[in-house]
Amino acid sequence: MAMYNGRSIVTGLVLFFALLTFPFWYGLGAAPAPEPDLNTPAIQKLVEKKCVENREFMRANHMELLKEWRNAVVRTGNRVYIAGDGKKYEMSLQNTCLDCHANIPPKQVKTTSNQLSQVQFCNSCHSYVGVKPDCWTCHIQPKEGR
Amino acid sequence: MQFAGLVVVGIIMLVFLGVQGLKLQFFFGVIIPYLALVVFCLGLIGRVVKWGRSPVPFSIPTVHGQQKSLPWIKASAIDSPVTTAGVVARLALEVLFFRSLFKNVKAELGEGRRLTFTWEKWLWLAGLLFHWSFLVVIFRHLRFFTEPVPAVVHSLGSLDGFFQVGLQAFFITDLIILATVLYLLLRRVCIPQMRYISLPADYFPLFVIFGIALSGISMRYFFKVDIAAVKKLAMGLVTFKPVLPEGIGVIFYIHLFLVCVLFAYFPFSKLMHMAGIFMAPTRNLANDSRARRHVNPWNYPVKVHTYADYEAEFGRKMEEAGLPVENSQAKVS
Amino acid sequence: MASVPKPDQLLKIDHRPPQTGWMDTPVVFKKGTYSHAAKAKNLEAVDLPNPRDWSPDQQDWKLPENWKEIVLEGLRERLSRYRSLQIFMDICVRCGACADKCHFFIGSGDPKNMPVLRAELLRSVYRKDFTTAGKILGKFAGARELTTDVIKEWFYYFFQCTECRRCSVFCPYGIDTAEITIIVRELLNLLGCNIDWIAGPVANCYRTGNHLGIQPHTFKDMVEFCVEDIEKLTGVKIEPTFNRKGAEILFVTPSGDVFADPGTYTLMGYLMLFHELGLDYTWSTYASDGGNFGFFHSMEMAKRLNYKIYAEAKRLGVKWILGGECGHMWRVIHQYMDTMNGPADFLEVPVSPITGTRFDHAGSTKMVHIAEFTADLIRHNKLKLDARRNDHFKVTFHDSCNPARSMGLFEEPRYVLRNVCNHFYDMPEGTIREQTFCCGSGGGLNSDEFSEMRMRGGFPRANAVRYVREKYGVNTLACICAVDRAALPPLMQYWVPGVEVAGLHELVGNALIMSGEVPRTSDLRGNPLAEGDGDGDV
Repeated sequence: MAMYNGRSIVTGLVLFFALLTFPFWYGLGAAPAPEPDLNTPAIQKLVEKKCVENREFMRANHMELLKEWRNAVVRTGNRVYIAGDGKKYEMSLQNTCLDCHANIPPKQVKTTSNQLSQVQFCNSCHSYVGVKPDCWTCHIQPKEGR
Repeated sequence: MQFAGLVVVGIIMLVFLGVQGLKLQFFFGVIIPYLALVVFCLGLIGRVVKWGRSPVPFSIPTVHGQQKSLPWIKASAIDSPVTTAGVVARLALEVLFFRSLFKNVKAELGEGRRLTFTWEKWLWLAGLLFHWSFLVVIFRHLRFFTEPVPAVVHSLGSLDGFFQVGLQAFFITDLIILATVLYLLLRRVCIPQMRYISLPADYFPLFVIFGIALSGISMRYFFKVDIAAVKKLAMGLVTFKPVLPEGIGVIFYIHLFLVCVLFAYFPFSKLMHMAGIFMAPTRNLANDSRARRHVNPWNYPVKVHTYADYEAEFGRKMEEAGLPVENSQAKVS
Repeated sequence: MASVPKPDQLLKIDHRPPQTGWMDTPVVFKKGTYSHAAKAKNLEAVDLPNPRDWSPDQQDWKLPENWKEIVLEGLRERLSRYRSLQIFMDICVRCGACADKCHFFIGSGDPKNMPVLRAELLRSVYRKDFTTAGKILGKFAGARELTTDVIKEWFYYFFQCTECRRCSVFCPYGIDTAEITIIVRELLNLLGCNIDWIAGPVANCYRTGNHLGIQPHTFKDMVEFCVEDIEKLTGVKIEPTFNRKGAEILFVTPSGDVFADPGTYTLMGYLMLFHELGLDYTWSTYASDGGNFGFFHSMEMAKRLNYKIYAEAKRLGVKWILGGECGHMWRVIHQYMDTMNGPADFLEVPVSPITGTRFDHAGSTKMVHIAEFTADLIRHNKLKLDARRNDHFKVTFHDSCNPARSMGLFEEPRYVLRNVCNHFYDMPEGTIREQTFCCGSGGGLNSDEFSEMRMRGGFPRANAVRYVREKYGVNTLACICAVDRAALPPLMQYWVPGVEVAGLHELVGNALIMSGEVPRTSDLRGNPLAEGDGDGDV
């Protein structure tokens, strides 16, 4: 079984596999996947605990919806969204989305920009999958007390 | 080509039926990825060890530059390396920038019996962009396999996603990899000599990679899936606590399965050039065979014609011609 | 030269591949494109298997009964011996970068002369018998059955490769077709399938020490002919020694230089140079050829023929070895000799007795190339040169494949050339140095019956010569290889008439001012020196 130039070859293989298996040993101490916290005062008050569209759609496509809202509001001035089930919503990130999805409604919070987004609901997933939301480049990001 | 194409289409159909029809999410989401990884690792080690068990009997670098000989002649430290550093630099340039391919010149027979040479940079450019894009794409995917995501993965992602479409970062490497795979495919199909030398084994990986890129891009921009769930699945795999989150679209399983196919296919195919390039004796040896003796482990003795044999036959003639001999036959007779 | 179509006829080359796939296109043995089969007596002379008289264009090749087993076992053995083979079988991606780098493909358009496809001829068999995918998927995995037709195809195409290694320069993984050609030729040899242009010289070389079969007394005579010519030309009497024990240096050069023009002029150059230096050196009639056609046969034969050089150096008790101008000889010496027949611990690290330069780069092999030796002399002003004696030559330089791509010997010969002639013009980039084109006749393929293919293969080289001829009026192609000196003259005559071929040391001999010489009226070839050339007005 002896190899010629075995030392170089084994070193090469070890290096390669160390890199390849990086996620495995890096993941040894990994935190469990976050569950976005839906326990906010506003959600608690809802009779039917449902977002503007169904859960599956929102999880995969919320960024598409937000883009649609943005275009509608900024470009045509239309602020009314008619959801799949016929219900009407105001197209507003701060007044509609964050009203429910923040522990303290952003309206009541003094906000400062240039802070890391502290909206737990968004962040829990966004930092988990490593995607920086594009919202706070225009919107002032709210600061939540945790 | 048709054969390779059909196989890839078949693979995609298989996943579609398996996930959508038979609900084999666990099979495609957990069993297959583990299996593919094991096959990849064992296969790759097996192949490299097989190569390693054959010795390099002779020092046969292909020399690309002036040898180191007389002190006043400027030697080429990289193209005719004599030091380990030179060899490493040569290999690094080869691996990182495809230096030999960069030299590619196309020979054409023109008017008046003239042979002309033109620099053919497209294969080099497409090849280089393809490989680098692939590497960046793989590296970016670490965000699904690591928790917390290392900062460097973020940085590379933001660099790659410098351009934006809508609210999303648009990864330039996605575009590059699609375009270059298409180019590599088209040149195989359109250049008669290329088509002539191409085997199904040349088309197959191109189709698989094209499928991977296309399904990945679709998933990102068109048929969106819940990527938090995807990451849960991925993290389940790397922490050996497999979970199958609900609500991941079939397109993801197609993407994943094609990746697994590529991994499992890798060690048994020409894709092994990834490891082979480091071990090719024409590139990884120093041009110092006259200064340092290279040892051949199987240097067996051979039958030779010794001087004694030679003199035994020609001794008399040599003496007559006044050439010195070891054993004068004149004295004997 | 055997009948070859006219150049314009020959250049009607169609580079488009045929309609049928390459596995389904059988080989056709067309006169002029293959060499004669090795004669039985030449195989017997060196105890090679299956000696018989046969011809490649006949149906029955008289292969041994178990030929297939022999080939597959031979391949298995070589896979375990050569990492190069193992890797080159596995990693080619068929990117095609090598395709138009081969002089035989450029000159013939035959797709199987693309290095990638040449190698596939073996790879397909390797896949079928040594890989799982090939066993199961067959043709879809690029595998094919080993049949006698494959053997014939191998014979045809692997004796259409000159092992020049140009493809290896452009391959992104350094895949070297020469390695593959060497192995396939070894496999063919196991069946007794070789060409006589290789087998003949090998048989000669084994017995007499040189390819031409020159016996010791004749060898001495032939060198002495040159000595007489030198005396006539210069008035200087040279007395070379042969097989002399205790000399400081053993000089080994290809026997082609002893045998025929224009090599003999190069030989005269050596003799004059060594005499002028008062070098303590000897010729050997036993190690009377540095060239090694065994290398075109098998590694084992290369070793068997190369053995004599160190053996003779040891017997004569010299300090080191000086090697003459030769291409493949230098591949063997630079990359193989020390490994095969070394270590040469009975020799000393070469030191030039004239300049005191220590050739550390040859410190283990202990053999120095004459271009290195002479360049060092000139650099140290040890030679009196009159470059004007070469003024009737407008010179370009052909880098021989082996010293170029296996040694990196580029500047030494050019430095010498620039000092011994006033008109030196390099051929264009991309056709010289590591990208040099083969003469088309290397690798043991300079047989007369192979002429058409030689002219085709030599076309890219000739094309570059033609370029400098038209641009600068070049009339002399200098080289440092004995096969070149035999192969390039007919090539030039065919493609670029008016260009002569000269060895580097012929030009050195012309320019060298020897002590006690009479004024020269002609060069070593007997051509009168041009007006104002030479010593007349010194």
